[in-house]
Amino acid sequence: MSFLNGITLLLVYQLVGEVAVRLAGLPIPGPVLGMVLLFLTLLVRGQVPASVDQAASSLLSHLSLLFVPAGVGMMVHFGRIAEEWLPITLALLLSTVITMVATALIMQVTSRWFARPLESGGQSDE
Amino acid sequence: MNEPGLKDIWVYLSASPLLGLTLTLVAYGLAYRLYLRTSSNPLANPVVTSVAMLIVVLLVTGTSYSEYFEGGQFVHFLLGPATVALAVPLYQQFSRLRQLWLPITISLVCGVVIAAGSSIGLAWLLGGSPEIQMSLAPKSATAPVAMGISEKIGGLPSLTAVLVVVTGITGAVLGTKLFEWIGVKDDTAKGIAMGVAAHGIGTARAFQVSPRMGAFSGLAMALSAFATALAVPWLVDLMLFMAGG
Repeated sequence: MSFLNGITLLLVYQLVGEVAVRLAGLPIPGPVLGMVLLFLTLLVRGQVPASVDQAASSLLSHLSLLFVPAGVGMMVHFGRIAEEWLPITLALLLSTVITMVATALIMQVTSRWFARPLESGGQSDE
Repeated sequence: MNEPGLKDIWVYLSASPLLGLTLTLVAYGLAYRLYLRTSSNPLANPVVTSVAMLIVVLLVTGTSYSEYFEGGQFVHFLLGPATVALAVPLYQQFSRLRQLWLPITISLVCGVVIAAGSSIGLAWLLGGSPEIQMSLAPKSATAPVAMGISEKIGGLPSLTAVLVVVTGITGAVLGTKLFEWIGVKDDTAKGIAMGVAAHGIGTARAFQVSPRMGAFSGLAMALSAFATALAVPWLVDLMLFMAGG
């Protein structure tokens, strides 16, 4: 029963997000707004109800599975991808690597500048 | 007594969502076992192996993607509530988030601009058509956002959906090795980079490394969805203006 309550709540937030995005004409998807709303709710409540925690961790423990049907959609685009395979594959690969490396380094440098490590166990001296 | 032949059973099954759904779960189950067998080697990413298995099965049996998606959509649908569910790990990391909001904001803005700018620039340099450049531009954002942006700036939304998935897989497969090479050890920084570059698939991989890396990857994915939607159409105009003179 508790799992059912949790999943219902997640769906309610998604629904509210979808409706709000359409009413306000926001350029973001409904579930992303739903996530922000749930986050704010948890902040106000100060704790995660057990039912939500249970539903969230079971959904997130196999998050990869949920991308499989969209990935299979690749078969529809084989032709187009074959035509321009070089720019597609190289641009995608290099750009992903560049983005990941740059973001990680920027985050590492800026967090040393701006944040004092508060927790114990942060042994991040060079 | 008219016994139904194998062919009739196939015709019935291929018209019902049962087959697509079951195939998806079986393929993922096998892929996940393989992944554990290889002691969680990122090269054996379960999304890669299960997508490959499913495409082979569909091509061999002559099943179209839309027939498959009749069943696949039930799994696909859960992406919505799963996105909402990311609020939970994020809340659990709130104290760290509050401490790091400024570096996170800076990294996110830079990451989003680099992701879109570098994919347009590289595709252009390598001779990709404008349609391909625009389809690639939002590739690091989560699928629904990326498709919307792609449509707005003149790409092909359904091609973008595929590029988004491939980008996510690329990030998930290469991420941990890359971070090792460049000497980034902090799970917070790794999570932010993973979420910005490789959205939900990267986030799924990040959760396998640690809950903190997963939470920050989820945060970066959500915030970069906002940032991409706001910045990329503007960035494209700017790049076109500079290129066109």
